[in-house]
Amino acid sequence: MASLTTDSVLLTTRSVRTLMRQPAYLAISLVQPVIWLLLFGQLFKSVIDIPGFAHGITYLEFITPGVIMMTALFSSGWAGTVYIEDMSIGVMDRLLASPVRRGAMIIGTLAYQALTTVIQTLIVFGIAYAAGARFPGGVTGIAVTTLSAVLIAMCIASFSNSIALLVRQQEALIGISQFIVLPLQFLSSAVMDTELAPGWVQHVARYNPVDWAVVASREALSASPSAGAVLPRLGALIVLAAVLGWLATRAFRTYQRSA
Amino acid sequence: MYRPSHAALTAQDLVKTYPGTRGAERIRALDGLSVQIGAGSVFALLGRNGAGKSTTVKILCTLSRPDSGAATVAGTDVLRHPDRVRRSIGLVSQKSSGDPMATGRENLMLAARIQGMSRADARARAGALLDRFGLADAADRLTKTYSGGMMRKLDVAIGLVHRPSVLFLDEPTTGLDPEARADMWREIEQLAGDEQMTVLLTTHYLDEADRLADRLAIVDAGRIVVEGTPEELKSELRGDTVHIELDSVADNEAPVAVGVLGSVPGLRDVVADGVRLRARADSGARAVPAVLAALDGAGLGVAAVTVARPSLDDVYLRYAGRTFEEVA
Repeated sequence: MASLTTDSVLLTTRSVRTLMRQPAYLAISLVQPVIWLLLFGQLFKSVIDIPGFAHGITYLEFITPGVIMMTALFSSGWAGTVYIEDMSIGVMDRLLASPVRRGAMIIGTLAYQALTTVIQTLIVFGIAYAAGARFPGGVTGIAVTTLSAVLIAMCIASFSNSIALLVRQQEALIGISQFIVLPLQFLSSAVMDTELAPGWVQHVARYNPVDWAVVASREALSASPSAGAVLPRLGALIVLAAVLGWLATRAFRTYQRSA
Repeated sequence: MYRPSHAALTAQDLVKTYPGTRGAERIRALDGLSVQIGAGSVFALLGRNGAGKSTTVKILCTLSRPDSGAATVAGTDVLRHPDRVRRSIGLVSQKSSGDPMATGRENLMLAARIQGMSRADARARAGALLDRFGLADAADRLTKTYSGGMMRKLDVAIGLVHRPSVLFLDEPTTGLDPEARADMWREIEQLAGDEQMTVLLTTHYLDEADRLADRLAIVDAGRIVVEGTPEELKSELRGDTVHIELDSVADNEAPVAVGVLGSVPGLRDVVADGVRLRARADSGARAVPAVLAALDGAGLGVAAVTVARPSLDDVYLRYAGRTFEEVA
């Protein structure tokens, strides 16, 4: 257990150090959310006037948690590319031939993903605030949103890691990630109130973890959050993140069996 | 005989197959490979690409599992206790294993720490290895700025960081320029002398195996075809090799020349390759006049004749049925 913790810390440090040497990557990952917030936030401002749309908030306030989840989704969808780079040079083989725990290799990437997600989330909140959005849920609301974003990022990063270990090809990984990430984003209430969407979308969204994260965050950021809407969704996200993390650790076995 | 406890590395009847592309038959990378490697020696697996060298290394260092067979490293069963094996081995894989976005020192520190060394020990060991491999000046530069030769030295240093009892060097000089290669050879020679370590080297360079290995085995089609010290293998081929280059050769003349040489007394194993012929003789110098006379008598012009002591290439030809250059 001690070695699992030490190894996880060591591998997370390696990733964080790499990020600090290439801060441009973090900046690039923020271009998309800024466009969503500022451009779409303006363009579709009047969407909130449609009868039946969530009321009492501006569209900018409505999409902020959605954009935060989208940012987490897209960043973490790329998580597996680190493994692919490690495979293409000899780093992956060297790690696998060393006593380092496979669990630590997964935890290392997830902890790194969690950290970048926290930074991205706080920056997106900052931009939304500067553009005029206000969140009565306050610090608790922001904390719940950040936690939801981290959990979603961990789910998708675990998935991305598993795919990387199974397909071992950059192009295939990106293709599969996009194929998963885009529907997850649009079959949720991230940018549109699902009350106004066709019935089947509402149905699908109920089982969509991105929707759980968006709904829990939006609720927590509102003036009078209901714990019943937040906690079960957070709980479901925690369970899903744990299951996907475990599956990613298992994917190492498949990778080695076919090596 | 299979005696895992007396050898640093053993492999017994290893079989490994990979799925063929598009429903083709499975590819048999290893076809019953067995080998025993004594502790404290440098052992080379020599063979062309795809012969099964790297697959053997992968199995011995726990990266891959064989379909059948057994293997031990430092007396430990590779399949049953991979975790224990991982503590006693160092791997320098074909591809560079340094993180390009970390410095040389950081790479070594991380490698040492995940092997369970304390921060202070890791720092001291990293510093010592950087000095030893002449990388002290570049220690705090990102390794993406390193030359191929520097990177390869760092790879070896990373493989040694935890003082493994067995070091795997998988094609350590492939892709290096001649100078860096010579440099690397010196390092490996020194390594084998200094540290009480068993080194398993794979290579497709004959001269590399000849120079570095105490013992070597030629691997072909997933099996070991012959094993011994480089000297033993060469001396098993009695006599010299005679190389003959004909002036020019018409389509039907090569077999004629082979026939002519076959009848020269003392000459055997005649092979033709275009204008080039080669044969073995107990004494090359004594055979040359007879060779020239016979070819002249058949009306075949000779451009050059050379006599050479047996090389590993000749050994390879004898056991793998083709010359090394043809296939490497």
